[in-house]
Amino acid sequence: MTKKYQNITGKIAPVVSLLVLAGVWLFVSEGEIVPSYMLPSPVDVARAFIADFSILMSHAAITLQEAIYGLLIGTALAFVIAVLMDRFDFLYKAVYPILVITQTIPTIAIAPLLVLWMGFSMAPKITLVVLTTFFPITISLLDGFKSADPDSINLIKSMGGGNFKIFRHIKLPHATEQFFSGLKVSASYSVVGAVISEWLGGFEGLGVYMTRVKKAYAFDKMFAVIILVSLVSLALMGFVALLKNIAMPYKRKK
Amino acid sequence: MEKLKANGITVSFDGVNIIEDVTIHLNEGEVVSLLGVSGSGKTTLFNVLSGLNVPDSGSVLLDGEDITGKSGKMSYMLQKDLLLPYYTVLDNVALPLIIKGTSKKIAREKAKEHFKFFGLEGTEKKYPHQLSGGMRQRAAFLRTYLASEGVALLDEPFSALDTITKTAVHQWYLDIMKDIKLSSVIVTHDIDEAILLSDRIYILSGKPGKISDEIIIDLPKPRNNSLLMSDEFLTFKRKIVEKISFVG
Repeated sequence: MTKKYQNITGKIAPVVSLLVLAGVWLFVSEGEIVPSYMLPSPVDVARAFIADFSILMSHAAITLQEAIYGLLIGTALAFVIAVLMDRFDFLYKAVYPILVITQTIPTIAIAPLLVLWMGFSMAPKITLVVLTTFFPITISLLDGFKSADPDSINLIKSMGGGNFKIFRHIKLPHATEQFFSGLKVSASYSVVGAVISEWLGGFEGLGVYMTRVKKAYAFDKMFAVIILVSLVSLALMGFVALLKNIAMPYKRKK
Repeated sequence: MEKLKANGITVSFDGVNIIEDVTIHLNEGEVVSLLGVSGSGKTTLFNVLSGLNVPDSGSVLLDGEDITGKSGKMSYMLQKDLLLPYYTVLDNVALPLIIKGTSKKIAREKAKEHFKFFGLEGTEKKYPHQLSGGMRQRAAFLRTYLASEGVALLDEPFSALDTITKTAVHQWYLDIMKDIKLSSVIVTHDIDEAILLSDRIYILSGKPGKISDEIIIDLPKPRNNSLLMSDEFLTFKRKIVEKISFVG
């Protein structure tokens, strides 16, 4: 099988499965197998999406903003923590359990607290995104740093390089691939985190829109916004994949 | 003139001596091989010479200066080429200069000057995974050369290559060494390689590993691969095979 042919079949499979899924949805809802107030048909959802398009977009812009700010701060924080934990072993031992514990606290439980502390502005939303995103990035960076080849590290030492040079030329580039897998996971978390925090208080954002349409029992709009949240997550993940491609040119050349 | 000297090196692990009282020296411009079977402590000795390990007793002198246990003094090359996959071949080769503080631009220019001579022309912008095994070892050797301040340690540098590539790389190495001055210690288990490339051979054998013999290879230089079939060469080979003791 040629490479090109494999590529085409690789792309066809997910498209087919999505179409089948949409077809089943259409059949079940349009055929009145499930009542339309419980499951709106894709046609209704598309109509709701088009009708509310400009409102949806303005809310999406807010949510995306929160997600990106949170992701950026989360990444910066993760980077500092990971570098320090890699450099100082006692910090690694002291901080690692705390990091794990923070991850066992459900996001939904701390979101109201953040609103109480910080009000209805963007701050509690961004904070929540930071809290949910920095962990996967920290862990992936740490793993990347720790798995650097000891022989390569010795090589830099043999050239007279110290800790900084080892970090710059071995550990950091070595961790790039893992960093981007962590970032990809975090990118999807960031949108979900922003939406959840918007549920609990705020004036704009997809989460706010969601609670409004839920109260109005507008299931078609509900589905439209859910799909939009997915699309925003996917777009952000796609952007991360693009960044990875730029940051790792050596992976492209074969 | 003695460039490098190891004096009475003993290394133990868990109370068992791996190598014992090893004394070797390397003269300026000389190529010396350390020949031994697996388990004779070649790599242990190599790690002491490169400063990666501290011996239990003994000392390593470079130009008369005590460098025992100090890394950063000696450049070395391993069987694994250790080319960094995320840097181009040019940046890999220029790395020792960059580490030593030369600016990236000047380091690249300096490294580039050697590409043609080392048979690496046209590979500058490629990544290591795009090169063949033989080419990668050439690049690793050029990097070792640029990293060195006159002495290079080569630990089985060509033993991961297939026989045909290895023969070609040997010839390449002999050609290069005609024109550059690089005092080298080659650690190897390949008798042909040791005779072909060296001025002198130390045989490391026994358990713990000790220097059991020193053989001067006074074959004329420059040498080439055709030497492998000559009577003089085979005489040396017979002599070494008789002397090398197989452990286990």
